[in-house]
Amino acid sequence: MKKIIKYVIIDILRNKIVLAYMLFLLLISISVFNLEDNSAKGLLSLLNVILIIVPLVSILFSTIYMYNSSEFLELLTSQPLQRKTIWLSLFTGLSVSLSVAFLLGAGIPILLFEATPTGFMMLAIGLILSVIFVAISMLAAVKTRDKARGIGVAILLWLYFSVLFDGLVLFILFQFADYPLEHLMVGMSALNPIDLGRILVLLQLDMSALLGYTGAVFKNFFGSQAGLLPAFAVMFAWICLPLWFSLRKFNRKDL
Amino acid sequence: MIIANNVTKKFGKLTALDNVSVSCSPGECIALIGPNGSGKTTFIKCVLGMVVCDSGFITFNDKNIARDWTYRRHIGYMPQIGRYPDNMTIGQVLTMMKDIRGKGVNATDDELIHNFGLDILLDKRMSNLSGGTRQKVSAALAFLFSPDVLILDEPTAGLDPVASEILKEKIISEKEKGKLVMITSHILSELDDLVSQVIYMQDGKLCFHKTIEALKNETGEAKLSKAIANVMLQKTAR
Repeated sequence: MKKIIKYVIIDILRNKIVLAYMLFLLLISISVFNLEDNSAKGLLSLLNVILIIVPLVSILFSTIYMYNSSEFLELLTSQPLQRKTIWLSLFTGLSVSLSVAFLLGAGIPILLFEATPTGFMMLAIGLILSVIFVAISMLAAVKTRDKARGIGVAILLWLYFSVLFDGLVLFILFQFADYPLEHLMVGMSALNPIDLGRILVLLQLDMSALLGYTGAVFKNFFGSQAGLLPAFAVMFAWICLPLWFSLRKFNRKDL
Repeated sequence: MIIANNVTKKFGKLTALDNVSVSCSPGECIALIGPNGSGKTTFIKCVLGMVVCDSGFITFNDKNIARDWTYRRHIGYMPQIGRYPDNMTIGQVLTMMKDIRGKGVNATDDELIHNFGLDILLDKRMSNLSGGTRQKVSAALAFLFSPDVLILDEPTAGLDPVASEILKEKIISEKEKGKLVMITSHILSELDDLVSQVIYMQDGKLCFHKTIEALKNETGEAKLSKAIANVMLQKTAR
């Protein structure tokens, strides 16, 4: 397994996209921190950029990479290797390279300018989101045979998680404004890892007042240690479930 | 050695393999023959586990291949269209395969790499290779680990006469070492001096599995190509 991970990472490093992604993150984080005199404010601006960029790059790069490595997959499946090993190696290779790119690109500035619990929380969220969207992209890529369609599905998924879902939540909030929805919102946030990440960081920033009464409920739930645990468990499930489904599908796929 | 039992595979409405049962033993050289789209490659991919059959099962050395993946270390496979990672060089692909598969193999069989002259092309990227050179890489990879079973899917398609002669000699010498060789090809005249048995497939069904002598006796032809042409005509006449 280690050998295949090694070859996947070498291959990813060879095309310079991940390197460009890292430099881009580095540039954005440093400039955002330098624009604001208060680094906590800078962190908030960076949060919004990261919550858009990280999932987008992770899901698009991984989906395209999956399709481009179909030859590699075909070559490996005819060798004495378990399909599970091949698939998990590919997942590990992609996750490691994208996480390291995030860690170097956004992590270094965050640790330099804002090495607070909030900064660490943001680092953790960025890393987890990278891995979650690699897992989701692998599911999208294994389900659709056609490359153009697969990439389209990946873009739609990203659009759903970062834009459409918020619209849906707003719609529900307005339609059912007469009912107490605060506790439901906590449950709804589990349906979208990006929102969950945003809430976790905002609560660290003591910005929950901005979220109104719902914010107080969030604060009540996620603010404590006992609330962080289920939140991270949900994030973990967002990695495991897509990965498990994709592995099941790949095991039965005809190449 | 390889036993297929009532293997059926459907791609949507198309039945690629229909109740195929075959038994192969070491030392045999089997030609898989049939028209385009008769299921030859699908059958080979089923044996390799690249295509998962819908019903029936395949055993390799009495072990069901669905549950045991280690059997593939005994197989050398040369695909019909070799597809390799584009941004790797020939040398990198060879070292990668040795690295992945090297466990338990003491010496690799580099004979084909030298005879094909691949050792001077090691820095070439796979994406820049001609179809023939790609085939040479596929062939070299299939023979690299001296496997007990060789599965060659149209091995000589795209190779120049010199290279296909080298490959044929290599196949004969491996066959004489008691290995099981399975070849699909449309160039029947080439198979004449190679194969000992013939499997004929049509529309996903196995029509017959006979020794080459039996086939020649039945049809009264001395050449495999004539004998098969005879069979094909009979099939279409019916």
